[in-house]
Amino acid sequence: MSMDRREFIKIAGLSTLFGLGGKGAFELLRPGVLDAAEHGHGAHTQEKPQKPEIRWGMVIDVEKCSEPGVVDKCIKACHSTHNIPDFGNSKNQVKWLWQDDYEHTFAGNENAYMDDHVKELPFLCLCNHCDEPPCVRVCPTKATFRRPDGVVAMDYHRCIGCRFCMAACPYGSRSFNWFDPRDALNEKEYNMEFPTRMRGVVEKCNFCVERLAKNQMPACVEAAPQALFFGDLANPDSNVRQILRKRSSMRRKLELGTKPSVFYLV
Amino acid sequence: MYDAWKILVGLAIFLGLFTFAFWMNAGKAAPIPEPKIDTPEIKKMAEAERKCVEDKHFMRTTHMQLLNHLRDQALREGNREYINQEGKKYHISLQNTCMKCHSNKKDFCDKCHNYAGVSPYCWDCHIAPIEQPKGNEL
Repeated sequence: MSMDRREFIKIAGLSTLFGLGGKGAFELLRPGVLDAAEHGHGAHTQEKPQKPEIRWGMVIDVEKCSEPGVVDKCIKACHSTHNIPDFGNSKNQVKWLWQDDYEHTFAGNENAYMDDHVKELPFLCLCNHCDEPPCVRVCPTKATFRRPDGVVAMDYHRCIGCRFCMAACPYGSRSFNWFDPRDALNEKEYNMEFPTRMRGVVEKCNFCVERLAKNQMPACVEAAPQALFFGDLANPDSNVRQILRKRSSMRRKLELGTKPSVFYLV
Repeated sequence: MYDAWKILVGLAIFLGLFTFAFWMNAGKAAPIPEPKIDTPEIKKMAEAERKCVEDKHFMRTTHMQLLNHLRDQALREGNREYINQEGKKYHISLQNTCMKCHSNKKDFCDKCHNYAGVSPYCWDCHIAPIEQPKGNEL
């Protein structure tokens, strides 16, 4: 087929006209459809219920955590409940619940005149189960997602180990399984009621959803009920809300807008 | 034809090697697997109640879809209760519900999976029940 210059310009002009008018026509006939397709892709625009029925949260009394043995007991309870391996080095460490100092937990909030006592307190760190979790935004497979009750959960069946979530999490709450965790676990000490993970997935604290489903408190809270408090932040009469009303609390890296649900009492 | 005998011998060797797998296994059909359901937990049940969450035929043909579905329901929707056709309720958990009865993975799951040549990755994470080696039963 041959085409002269006149014919070519005609077709080109018509195509341009349609191309320019296409989006306008869409907006006229089906308003909002294109926008939805563009923005609805990310998990962060998932519809959130206006008033959640339950919103799990945790309050950590750091002063009480400094009593001898409390922190270790919590960490041990968590690790044995969830079959968390210990490879013996920080490079391959798998962290669900761990201890850090003030300077690193509240980086940027320290000042030169602070009480030395506070600086030396043991801060228990865990996944903050944010209202606006950055890890959920970046996950390409929706392996990590936010449940309506506020728990940021992991679906290890879907995790492809891309580690975007680890880069996105500002709290370092996520760990990658560089090796098969079973290599570093004692077969006799397995918690037979909970799975392990496999090599190549990212894992983190799950707020003990498997225990919540059975109306049990998270393992760490059960281990130290005097220092850790767990409850429904959506209910004004819950234990955590009463504590938060009475005492002033801090949350980690609020300036990032992630809205964490783990509160620290100092 | 030049070098006919060399070619024929070569061809015979080639055909022999090529069909090796066929005549090596001729007459040795793998027996049809019979997964065992004689675990202590199942034996404890009364004869009339001795059934899985759904009927035998359904479980045999559709357990993989059911497991996938229940996994999503429990993990992603947070609903860990399964109500079967008869209205009976079960707690959804591979390790704590399925494998509590079927505590014999080697004689149950693996029997058919090995026969069919499938290797589901359940056990990369989920912990299979501890099985006593044969002959050591209490």
